[in-house]
Amino acid sequence: MLYREAGQFKATYAQDQQIFPIRQDRIAFALLLAAAFIVVPLIANQYWLSAILTPFLILSLATLGLNILTGYAGQLSLGTAAFMAVGAFMAYNFVLRMPWLGVIPSFILAGLCAAAVGIVFGLPSLRIKGFYLAVATLACQFFVLWAIQRIGWITNYSASGVITAQKIEIFAYAFDTPVRKYLLTLAIVAVMALLAKNLMRSETGRAFMAVRDMDVAASVIGIPIMKTKLLAFAISSFYCGVAGGLYAYTYLGTVEPEAFTLDLSFRILFMVIIGGVGSILGSFMGAAFITLLPIFLSVLFGGISHATGMEISHAVVSNLEVIIFGGLIIFFLIVEPQGLARLWQIAKEKLRLWPFPH
Amino acid sequence: MKRTTLALALVASVGFSAGALAQAKEQFVPANYYWVGPYAASGSGIAGGAIDYLQMLNERDGGINGVKFTWEKCETEYNNARGVECYERSKKKGPTGATLIHPLSTGITYSLIEKGTADRIPIVSVGYGRTDASDGRIFPYVFPLITNYWSQNTAKIKFMGMKAGGMDKLKGKKIVNLYHDSAYGKETTPVLDAQAKMYGFQVTHLAVPHPGNEQQAQWLQIRQIQPDWVILRGWGVMNPTAIKAAQRAGYPRDKIVGVWWAGAEEDTIPAGDAAKGYIAAAFNVSGTNYPVIQDIMKHVYAKGKGEMDDKSRIGSAYYNRGVVFSIITSEAVRKAQEHFGKGKPMTGEQVRWGLENLSIDNAYLKKLGASDFMQPLKVSCMDHEGGGAVKFQQWDGKQWKVITDWISSDQKLVRPMIEASAAQYAKEKGITPRDCSKEK
Repeated sequence: MLYREAGQFKATYAQDQQIFPIRQDRIAFALLLAAAFIVVPLIANQYWLSAILTPFLILSLATLGLNILTGYAGQLSLGTAAFMAVGAFMAYNFVLRMPWLGVIPSFILAGLCAAAVGIVFGLPSLRIKGFYLAVATLACQFFVLWAIQRIGWITNYSASGVITAQKIEIFAYAFDTPVRKYLLTLAIVAVMALLAKNLMRSETGRAFMAVRDMDVAASVIGIPIMKTKLLAFAISSFYCGVAGGLYAYTYLGTVEPEAFTLDLSFRILFMVIIGGVGSILGSFMGAAFITLLPIFLSVLFGGISHATGMEISHAVVSNLEVIIFGGLIIFFLIVEPQGLARLWQIAKEKLRLWPFPH
Repeated sequence: MKRTTLALALVASVGFSAGALAQAKEQFVPANYYWVGPYAASGSGIAGGAIDYLQMLNERDGGINGVKFTWEKCETEYNNARGVECYERSKKKGPTGATLIHPLSTGITYSLIEKGTADRIPIVSVGYGRTDASDGRIFPYVFPLITNYWSQNTAKIKFMGMKAGGMDKLKGKKIVNLYHDSAYGKETTPVLDAQAKMYGFQVTHLAVPHPGNEQQAQWLQIRQIQPDWVILRGWGVMNPTAIKAAQRAGYPRDKIVGVWWAGAEEDTIPAGDAAKGYIAAAFNVSGTNYPVIQDIMKHVYAKGKGEMDDKSRIGSAYYNRGVVFSIITSEAVRKAQEHFGKGKPMTGEQVRWGLENLSIDNAYLKKLGASDFMQPLKVSCMDHEGGGAVKFQQWDGKQWKVITDWISSDQKLVRPMIEASAAQYAKEKGITPRDCSKEK
């Protein structure tokens, strides 16, 4: 009833092509952004900001990066964490060695470094596909971590290989509190998500999808396969690299190479699959599901044992959380194999007919 | 919709648990350990010992001067991100917030150094963590207590010198440093190199990739080098694998010296017969034959309480290490209360003072029922390590046998390295070191 586009006419091409063609969507999205930028900093406490929302946004960005590569361009990759590591460690080096550069340009340069690494490890994609490509990107995962641990220059000769992120200052304004770090992360993620959305609606994005759906057919209609695939690797790695920089600077503050293991790559791949392959919104939903659900379960069990006074062995509870988490993943995949984003789309379609479904 | 209800439930449950604890006369200690994952065996043992000791104090003495300890468990999975989440969740609980944090992971310790300093919550890493944080002038809120990795390493070399019949006999000896390829594993490389130069022995660093269940190549190399000693800087599954691989390579186990994270029952029992003769460092000993453990049995387990489901693990190396953790926690609170007011819950800032002025001598250890269980401790503004001595123990096939007295570390070598490293950190971060003569 509320969600109906009757009476909304599109009179120009610009109106027809906008990201949210339905007015209710535009209002809802504006409200969401306003809430994220204004309401959340006002009401959220430090725990929410620095332990939940900031990591959620950063992982969303990394998921978005992988979604561009895997979801839109169809190239399976297991090197996401490695690209993040390149971003994190190169951002550190740019800030350390060229302090006049500023943090944001350092992040961009770090992202470009990750993109360069992405292009190199994307080369095998020209010959191999699917699972074989995943194995090739696995090599990237191991090689990058190996290099970071062995080449002293990258960690500024720190004996343990751990780096501490410098203070973030932009135009002499220090981003040192959780609120400011959250806002910085949110701004970067919002801008990059908008860019990604538009990129996927452009010729480049359509070329990605054509390659994904059938690369032989794509080359027949004149899409340069090599350029498209490598571009997908570059853009995806750029996003992951920036996410890695944020992971070090606005979230953990200190990173060791082991923070970017294969485990993280898999987690991000799961976020893509759960959220929705080839969907910007799905990247955020998947990241929310995978990062927030375990925390929610652990808080929930804590609350239950407090409320009932039941003494459950903590080892049992901890293992139970993992079991339930795994169970929910399987449940969602059975209910909707195309991810949470698809579920959201179905809900919207149902809402348009509500309350008179035919 | 689904997400908002989820969020609401989350807010409600966080608010609820915080409200339930907000009563006076309580000292909240976060129990952020790990019960699942590849390192669960050590995490759950240490957590059990740490919680049981606090429980025992509550039952036996009614807490510290009437202030009872409370705690809440949070699963960190030995994962930095989860560790930070647990820290943020626990830091504001209880009437005065978190007393102090035992992160129980070198990685999480690194992530919490700046957060703890900003929130005024001491980060206590007993036997792990950032070595150069021993310089309390630059790291006021970080306490790598008892023995850091560098100190321990010099004690190991001393032990080898003792076995050889004098430090000068180490000249020309060959030592292999077999390490877990992580921040933790690499931490001792510089100090070993410095010592190799000092005493004239050869050191070869061999990395074992995580998790460490593949060591054929490394032991082949060790067989070629034929070292006089192998230092095993392992963690988790890497340790029993190394011991078994040594047996297969025909390398004598009594020439392998493990770090204290390679010296628990969990490391030797899976290796079976191969572990017989294996030597490891320790800053606490195993066994139940100490008054402090007996008190836990009497006041906690006899009443049907206690953390360990498997009672045979009480008195294991990890369990006892947890007890040492909590002795430090409770004594820091006691010291702080003596200064800031007995019978009041202490804030993190006050406990920091307590930690910095902690002084536990042999007579006091006896009073605690822990003589020979752990070493005397004297912390100061300059020195956030406070102990520095190590015992060595040998596995006899059934249990750990202590084979040396406390062997002190070589602070003449370690301290300048710590100060240089801390000074570099201070420079990078723009920290002005505290003037210790002005601290009271």
